[in-house]
Amino acid sequence: MAFIPHTPEDVAEMLAAIGVTSIEQLFDEIPASVRAGELSGVPEAMSEMEIGKLMMQRAGADGLPLSFIGAGAYEHHIPAAVWAIATRGEFYSAYTPYQAEASQGTLQTIYEFQTMIASLTGMAVANASLYDGASAFAEALLMAVRIHRKSSSLKILVPRAVHPHYRDAARAITSQQGLKLEELAYDPQSGRTPLEALQAHEGADISALAIQQPNFFGVLEDADALSDWARSRGMPVIAIVNPTSLALLRPPGEWRGAADIVVGEGQPLGVPLSSGGPYFGFMASRMEHVRQMPGRIVGRTLDVANEPGFTLTLQAREQHIRRGRATSNICTNQGLMVTAATVYLSLMGPRGLERVAAACHARTRELHGALCRIEGVRAAFTGPYFHECVLQLDRPVAPVLDALAARDILGGFDLTPYYPELGHALLACATETKTSADIRTLASALRDALQAQHAA
Amino acid sequence: MSDTPADLRYTKTHEWVRVLPDGLVEIGITDHAQHALGDLVFVEVPEMGRKVGARDPLAVVESVKAASDVYSPLAGTVAAANSALASEPERINHEPYGGGWIARLRPDDAGTVASLLTASDYGKLLEAEGE
Amino acid sequence: MPARAEKLIFEYSRPGRGATDQWPREFGAPLDIPAELARRAPPLLPEVSELEVVRHFTRLSQLNFSIDTHFYPLGSCTMKYNPKACNAFAMLPPLLARHPLAPLSHSQGVLACLHELQEMLKAVTGMQAVSLTPMAGAQGEFAGVAMIRAYHRSRGDLARKEIIVPEAAHGTNPATATMCGCIVKEIPVGADGDVDLAALEAAVGPATAGIMLTNPSTLGVFERRILEVAEVVHAAGGLLYYDGANLNAILGKVRPADMGFDVIHMNLHKTFSTPHGGGGPGAGAVGVSKRLEPFLPVPIVGKEGERYRWLTERDRPQSIGRLSGFMGNAGVLLRAYIYMRMLGREGMRQVAEHATLNANYLLARLARAGFEPAYPARRASHELIVTLKRMARELEVTAMDFAKRLLDYGFHAPTTYFPLLVPECLLIEPTETESKQALDAFVDAMIAIGSEARADPERVRSAPHSTVVRRLDDVRAAKQLDLGWKQGAAS
Repeated sequence: MAFIPHTPEDVAEMLAAIGVTSIEQLFDEIPASVRAGELSGVPEAMSEMEIGKLMMQRAGADGLPLSFIGAGAYEHHIPAAVWAIATRGEFYSAYTPYQAEASQGTLQTIYEFQTMIASLTGMAVANASLYDGASAFAEALLMAVRIHRKSSSLKILVPRAVHPHYRDAARAITSQQGLKLEELAYDPQSGRTPLEALQAHEGADISALAIQQPNFFGVLEDADALSDWARSRGMPVIAIVNPTSLALLRPPGEWRGAADIVVGEGQPLGVPLSSGGPYFGFMASRMEHVRQMPGRIVGRTLDVANEPGFTLTLQAREQHIRRGRATSNICTNQGLMVTAATVYLSLMGPRGLERVAAACHARTRELHGALCRIEGVRAAFTGPYFHECVLQLDRPVAPVLDALAARDILGGFDLTPYYPELGHALLACATETKTSADIRTLASALRDALQAQHAA
Repeated sequence: MSDTPADLRYTKTHEWVRVLPDGLVEIGITDHAQHALGDLVFVEVPEMGRKVGARDPLAVVESVKAASDVYSPLAGTVAAANSALASEPERINHEPYGGGWIARLRPDDAGTVASLLTASDYGKLLEAEGE
Repeated sequence: MPARAEKLIFEYSRPGRGATDQWPREFGAPLDIPAELARRAPPLLPEVSELEVVRHFTRLSQLNFSIDTHFYPLGSCTMKYNPKACNAFAMLPPLLARHPLAPLSHSQGVLACLHELQEMLKAVTGMQAVSLTPMAGAQGEFAGVAMIRAYHRSRGDLARKEIIVPEAAHGTNPATATMCGCIVKEIPVGADGDVDLAALEAAVGPATAGIMLTNPSTLGVFERRILEVAEVVHAAGGLLYYDGANLNAILGKVRPADMGFDVIHMNLHKTFSTPHGGGGPGAGAVGVSKRLEPFLPVPIVGKEGERYRWLTERDRPQSIGRLSGFMGNAGVLLRAYIYMRMLGREGMRQVAEHATLNANYLLARLARAGFEPAYPARRASHELIVTLKRMARELEVTAMDFAKRLLDYGFHAPTTYFPLLVPECLLIEPTETESKQALDAFVDAMIAIGSEARADPERVRSAPHSTVVRRLDDVRAAKQLDLGWKQGAAS
């Protein structure tokens, strides 16, 4: 029980060695008044067989629907080798690599990961990861304020076309330190953030500008114009990017107003959807900002015999040393997910990742075309998109999605609660996992759903 | 036992001050401080022209063990910073009172130097801290 | 275990090579991406075969110490066995494939597991409500302190900005307080290991938002006057925050709520055996008393009749908000759920009992062998501290040297130099999943190294000898930054 190996003989010998007669005596420093009674809120123990059956049942209840939801988490093929390696006990049950000599496997993996992320994003250096894309975005705002010392406003310009959960999390985390997010409107025709939205802030004291590429709607922003506006006014540029898209898109390090900090959600790189986590947030920056980057960083150095090896470095900025003046309180990185991502990127290579990105783009165009041919469906935006698109229906989205769900199809993400100004809007995504037959299945079911009910 | 030159002035936060012939004051961290930090790996020196108040953070020194703020002992304007520390932060470890100086200030009021700790006061402070 | 260095994956690259079985088919369709937005040069990713990838990362894994391969007594980390069942069942295909934004019709299975987890965590902590969303202990701490601030603000008590922290506390505690816009006030710990009550009484006042404590403390001993500490802080109008890092010591024996705590974060990757994964992912669920319930971070799992659903800001308008893109580390939470179901109510208690038994056994054997416990008059909790300060002074062999030499004996070192209060310390936490034989082997190794330190100190000072690298130059790492491989760089 409880994976405890002790036999009664072991226990007796140990108690004798300690000089007590019962295990209870070892708790004698604890006041009786705080001792817990029976834990009635916890059920009886289950064997592995029993819990296995329960989990199969629970998993079965949720099924394996045909899904076209993106909205920040993407379904991709994950090669079997990725998790076969990541769940090896030596990776899975290892601790944070503080004892470098005992952790070269983890440390070298992270070093390789940092190299890949830096290159993908077009930046000089990347850290060992943060919790997820949304919290990485929050950390990027705090970092931007630290590096932009000439500004005192603590005001960050954030397009409304940035993922609503990212904006919410950023507010929840950074408002504690007085940061203010100022929203920029998007153009309702193109779905892009127009330069005019920035020009309204001409001359104001702004701490940084954030740009998401592609944005939450899947639309491709004019990143050059937006970033250039900010850089030429001395404002740090924070880029939020989709890592798969970076196989095809110009990375933020190469925008006309080259980014200072790049963050994003790393889940598309070999991490399963698994109900929203664990994922990982990646962060990369210019070399001159490296000491302001939160989280862990691995560096290569030499050992006492002049052999190369890897170790955590720049730890003086971290919580366990700097304590009250740390760059962040962050302790954990997402080590296991980083391992998976490094294996995934190694298997994909530059050409494989490009194929994945191109396939997602092509399938979404196919999806877009197939759905817009249905009466009662039209495209919301004219701007170019990567692998998601916004469609407007002639009636409320929620009942339509319910009708599709009843047929085990998840048609997309309802935008109505987040962007009511878009009317009955739906965000749909097709990755390389979808076939033409899948798209026809969705189109046919959607057509049925729209014909079955009359317009509201 | 650390070194505490008698001709300098000190602060509770382990900075030292030397008055230069041209009226500028030179600032660094003490031998005790450099020893506590260990091998320095990075120093962030202040930029020219920056105005600081007494006890404002002036610079940052970083070792593998710790990163610490260096506080300005008095109010003034930064007139010079030791650029050699960018490539040789270890100068602070080897010559904390000489080549490891961090910045030079033009003080707002040169008279305030006299209110800083003497070498003897600083020595007593170290004893009390259990050096 | 082979101790041969492994090249970087990039060094296996050959142009044109690739794991092509994993790539989607080529699409003929042209890309509808404006030229000025298109990438110009491919990213630096390796061009290798699948076998090369598998071999490379398998060999890398073999360079690690891990719970699966080594006794890993890292104090305050709770390196207990990660049951394979937790991983296997959390990775059932429908659970892996479920999108976070899937409708409720396709979420009842997962939500049932998460709701039951919330209930079990309430039961073991005595708290009234739980949120599972914080993604790590540090995020749980952030949520806890943010909730304390929100509570005071909601009562118009805007002056309460001070968080009291014992000087022995883990670094995340003051870092979190600062992240929440608070001022940190440190108070001393007495020679007996308990918080200095007089210092606490002097430190509290109308500016006190709360105190952050763990019990047992970071010194490996139970805070005996915890009820008095709670009195003092509550009387001053502050709240008590419990850092759950050491929950393994009291699981099923004591509930933090009964000690007077108002809010707690739990480290599911410690106490509830989710994988450490080489540095994460963790999960830092938070539990609160009734008065803090409105402020819990969202989303939370709610139950109406037999249906489960998400509770969001709409249901909890006073929530401190969301801390993540979705709902936190669901996969980690499912592993914790499976573990807790296997333990059951009996198992919880047994965890604390055997973790404490193991720690006290080590304490007794090490003390008898001549090692110096930091708190010899106290019971060990689930962990113990020995100080090697005498050895450091007399033989110039430090705790660091000892730790490195343990690697040669096939043990991962305990935590060193934490807590900072105890010089040259080793913080040792065996956990309940280790056998008496494993503990005896560890003590034997400690004794052997102790003898070596006297007979041949240089051997200990220059350890480790058997690992693939030895005593890496940290100073060089921080001065000559090499944070990623550059194409064309010498290896």
